[in-house]
Amino acid sequence: MGGETTVNQSFRLANAGRLGRAKTVRFSFDGQDYAGVEGDTLASALIANGVHLVGRSFKYHRPRGILSAGAEEPSALVGIHRDAARKTPNIRATVQELYDGLTAVSQNRWPSLSLDAGAVNDLASPFFAAGFYYKTFMWPKAAWKSLYEPKIREAAGLGVAPDLPDPDHYASRYAHCDLLVVGGGVAGLAAALAAAETGARVILCDEQTELGGALRYERGATVDGQPGWDWAQATAAKLAARDNVRMLTRTTAFGYYAQNFLGLVERVTDHLAEPSPDQPRERLWQVRAKRVVLATGAIERHMVFGDNDRPGIMLASAARTYLNHYGVAVGRQIGVFTANDSAYWTAIDLKKAGVNVAAIVDTRDNPAGPAVEEARALGIELNLGRTVLKTGGRLRVSSMTVQAKKGGPERVIPVDALLMSAGWTPSVHLFSQSRGKVAFNQTTNRFVPGDYAQACVSVGGCNGTDGIGPTVAEAFAAGEKAAKEAGTTVRRLSRPKAETSESWSRGMAGAAPGAGPDSKAKAFVDFQNDVTAKDIRLAVEQGMRSIEHVKRYTTNGMATDQGKTSNLHGLAIAAETLGKTMPEVGLTTFRPPYTPVTFGAIVNHSRGALFEPTRKTPMHEWAVKRGAVFEDVGQWKRAWYFPEAGENMHAAVNRECVTVRKAAGIFDATTLGKIEVVGPDAAAFMELLYTNPWQKLDPGRCRYGVMLREDGFIYDDGVVGRLAEDRFHVTTTTGGAPRVLQHMEDYLQTEFPHLKVWLTSTSEQWAVIAVQGPKSRDIIQPFVEGIDISDEALPHMSVREGKFCGVPTRLFRMSFSGERGFEINVPSDYGPAVIEAIWNEGRKHGACMYGTETMHVLRAEKGYIIVGQDTDGTVTPDDAGLSWAVGKKKTDFVGIRGMNRPDLTAGGRKQLVGLKTKDPNIVLEEGAQIVADPRQAIPMTMIGHVTSSYWSENCGRSIALALVKDGRGKIGETLYVPMPDRTIEVEVAGTVFYDETGARLNG
Amino acid sequence: MAKSEKASKAPRSASRIDRPQEGEGGAHGLRRTLTLAGRRKKTSRVTIEAAGPASRISLRAPAESLAALSRALGVKLPEQPMGSAFGKSGDFAGTKGTGKGGGRAALWLGPDEWLVIDTEGGDPIADCRKAKVLHSAVDISHRQVAIDVSGAGAADVLSAGCPRDLSLAVFPVGAAARTVMGKIEIVLLRTAEDAFRVECWRSFSDYAFTFLAEAARDVP
Repeated sequence: MGGETTVNQSFRLANAGRLGRAKTVRFSFDGQDYAGVEGDTLASALIANGVHLVGRSFKYHRPRGILSAGAEEPSALVGIHRDAARKTPNIRATVQELYDGLTAVSQNRWPSLSLDAGAVNDLASPFFAAGFYYKTFMWPKAAWKSLYEPKIREAAGLGVAPDLPDPDHYASRYAHCDLLVVGGGVAGLAAALAAAETGARVILCDEQTELGGALRYERGATVDGQPGWDWAQATAAKLAARDNVRMLTRTTAFGYYAQNFLGLVERVTDHLAEPSPDQPRERLWQVRAKRVVLATGAIERHMVFGDNDRPGIMLASAARTYLNHYGVAVGRQIGVFTANDSAYWTAIDLKKAGVNVAAIVDTRDNPAGPAVEEARALGIELNLGRTVLKTGGRLRVSSMTVQAKKGGPERVIPVDALLMSAGWTPSVHLFSQSRGKVAFNQTTNRFVPGDYAQACVSVGGCNGTDGIGPTVAEAFAAGEKAAKEAGTTVRRLSRPKAETSESWSRGMAGAAPGAGPDSKAKAFVDFQNDVTAKDIRLAVEQGMRSIEHVKRYTTNGMATDQGKTSNLHGLAIAAETLGKTMPEVGLTTFRPPYTPVTFGAIVNHSRGALFEPTRKTPMHEWAVKRGAVFEDVGQWKRAWYFPEAGENMHAAVNRECVTVRKAAGIFDATTLGKIEVVGPDAAAFMELLYTNPWQKLDPGRCRYGVMLREDGFIYDDGVVGRLAEDRFHVTTTTGGAPRVLQHMEDYLQTEFPHLKVWLTSTSEQWAVIAVQGPKSRDIIQPFVEGIDISDEALPHMSVREGKFCGVPTRLFRMSFSGERGFEINVPSDYGPAVIEAIWNEGRKHGACMYGTETMHVLRAEKGYIIVGQDTDGTVTPDDAGLSWAVGKKKTDFVGIRGMNRPDLTAGGRKQLVGLKTKDPNIVLEEGAQIVADPRQAIPMTMIGHVTSSYWSENCGRSIALALVKDGRGKIGETLYVPMPDRTIEVEVAGTVFYDETGARLNG
Repeated sequence: MAKSEKASKAPRSASRIDRPQEGEGGAHGLRRTLTLAGRRKKTSRVTIEAAGPASRISLRAPAESLAALSRALGVKLPEQPMGSAFGKSGDFAGTKGTGKGGGRAALWLGPDEWLVIDTEGGDPIADCRKAKVLHSAVDISHRQVAIDVSGAGAADVLSAGCPRDLSLAVFPVGAAARTVMGKIEIVLLRTAEDAFRVECWRSFSDYAFTFLAEAARDVP
């Protein structure tokens, strides 16, 4: 389709707008090439080329055009395609800046935008009223998931999500300021100016490319004698030049959270033809502001009348923006349908620009004021006290049908654009997100900020302040006050003086005359979700009373535009149908984000390598070189096994297991948590945190410690070495390291603050190399200085400080394998060199490297538990067979009362036992359930489950640990493990499968 | 904002201790492997590089021990939040020829907690022991790794992941804080108007460096 003739910008006016003789920019829409100029949005460039049809509606596939000229746009959603991976759906054409080579495509249509098969939904629309989906696709129930939902999703919906990974990157910035001003219209500029001059730190953000807000279209305003727009540009430049001001344009404040924390997203490259690869596509700003000024303005509402959604029908202020800013006429034969004065100014500007204004239709009987007078003076036809019943046209509006409010003859007026204004809705979105409560102003018939919940203030249009003079005065004072409250010294400032020749009055909310309850008209309230006035009335008639229910039943205001143009109309219609006033019915809650935010911006740096920290031990690279295969243990990478040529995991683990028991094995145990407990009350503290007794443990000796939670269940375990009277070296499980330290600190600070003891994590201070096996002592002997490592001098469960390979060491004689073993702690930076030395020596003795899998098998052969695998937070020391680790004479420790509760000491609890399959070759599945009688009817009574299960090459059979009800009393009995394909017979055994006497531990 | 970007003299690398410390590993010629050795990222506004090794202790002590410990360490232990103090002569890494530092800094981390860093090969544990007052000193020299972030854009780079206010008014030269950066915990010390020292646990240092380098792309 590409490469067709370029359409002239025949709706671009020579003497209007601010873009002047800007550079021509080429772009394409649905394969057709067009030209626009630098400074255009996609919407303004399309309109310049006479294109209004840009999409199909969500539900009925009705042709849709461009409603607005800003962020509130519900209809003109397009896909922007840069390349195969950069296809962004649902971009509002009204905010997408034009760049050379921009490629846009329409959405939700097939086979083409002008001929869309889905439009059949529009003909069938009587069937698609509110609640249709809830009521229709009820039966059969199963079909919802498999048939109805996928089909509905396919038929409805907006753009298509890209299917390749996002090649762009996104940046993040935290920022702090005295004052954050949201919105850079005249109000925001005035507030920022006042605060900036006091020296306060100010951040000013605005979603537009240029500051000025409504001054983009309003022509009558002057500030300090300058035309409004010029004043805005000069003020913006002045502010940007200040050191204490950060100006963020193309930046939307999308969320207002607790304690004046706001989320802003800055669009950095979406407007560039060729972004540099180092530029982020977007930048997320997380701002903490002492004070916030909300200057978010107001949004014009459309009129709710029959067929008000045809392309070419748009907000009056949008048409004025296209004219006065972009220099584009939205048509050649303009109709206006309004309930307030502001649309008159659009008509006046268009007329003065030489565009024919066919008629203004005003629902008011006797409007008066300068706008009406000027329109009349310009010879524009005024139809007062009248309404537009419906419109003609298919892919573009071609006429409006006008009738007196009370009925009577209809008159069809040909138009190619129809501009509407029902009035202005203050943008209280962020105020409401800040948990402020809106209040209804009876006089002006609108919701404005009421009670504030945070240190912020609303000024100008979003505060319901009318007119530029009062707005500037209010905003400037607010800026000054906020700066003062934030702690800056305010000197006398000169206030800008603003005035305007324009004034606006209130307008209306709800359906226009002629689109009332009796009307069959398709009068759209929410364009993006295809909700009509009729749908809202239907929802009320079917029993929805709360506006929140009406909203959800009809989906009014629930589309990506968050009901910026539709919420108030929806509320008015619901209130009218309920026979209540609007404040009685109440406004729905505003939630972030104000406009859609990309996942990229939220995630920003946290992807790829930065998605989650990957923790590696000091010996990681060394293990990589030795061919280790790694497994993830929390954030850690741990060596899982070390296969030799031709070995699979099973073969490697079998070899490693046998080698450790026959000669020796070397293992990286660095990830174990380590906590140094220091102080004169260290032993007293240990007594309170662990079940074991510590006071009498001699320095130089170790003990296996068990830690409970308050409820008496096992929380963690580990070997603890006493280095001195006042110093313990505590080890924890790998996964438990952070929470164990936290648990200890918690008790120390809240329960035992009188103890003179301090806790320091040393997990990463020490590289830990375990050398286990009968040859272990021979292997390490050459490297040890100043420590006698004979069995007599350094028996099992001892610790000494000295030198290893010439560097300081804490040398533990301990074992998690059941063999004579050592754990060598050296300062982390020396880990790689030390393991290399040990490995070179170990090889002479037939030792191997082993990983976590072998470590697991070896410990299971010995019945050593792993907390979190053989325990699950409901296992007491007695359940786990660890009663011996509970100090019998102790009267207090964390968990003692829980542990001794009657139901935790009664019979019938699950106890840790060993299981031997009758067929030694069957390895049970971990987690498999255990029953006493396999012939029971299903569901069977389950009496336990398998917690650990391995093939043990050393035992020549499978081994397993299990928690079984009254398990220790069942030793020798046969139980059953039912599996989907068979039932496995097992014999209950003790937990130790290898070297039951423990002789090998002691050398 | 502008004040923080006012460039002072560019940092030069501080003294390095990449040999084993006195008496360590000598006989065995043991090689010390620094986790971030050689990692460096430079843009026109910021330089990120791995700092050299240092002696570090986690010092815990009650108020009544502080005077004696301060004397023994040669650094007046700060008692205010965000406080830090330096030794009397010689440069602490990153203070860049200010003549202050004595190779040693003490950072306030909590009401009874300090991080003492010595970049000149001193032994703060031994010094504390001389004070003969109640305290806990634990060697964490190898637990942590430091990254120097310097240049006019240093604060902006850190602000990509650190939620603290890093303006000079709030976080002046010498300010220290335990805080977060992205998904990890760090200790941040401002060593100059345009220079920071980031301390983190060693297994998080790859994340820290990668994060800073990635953030630096946005501070060209």
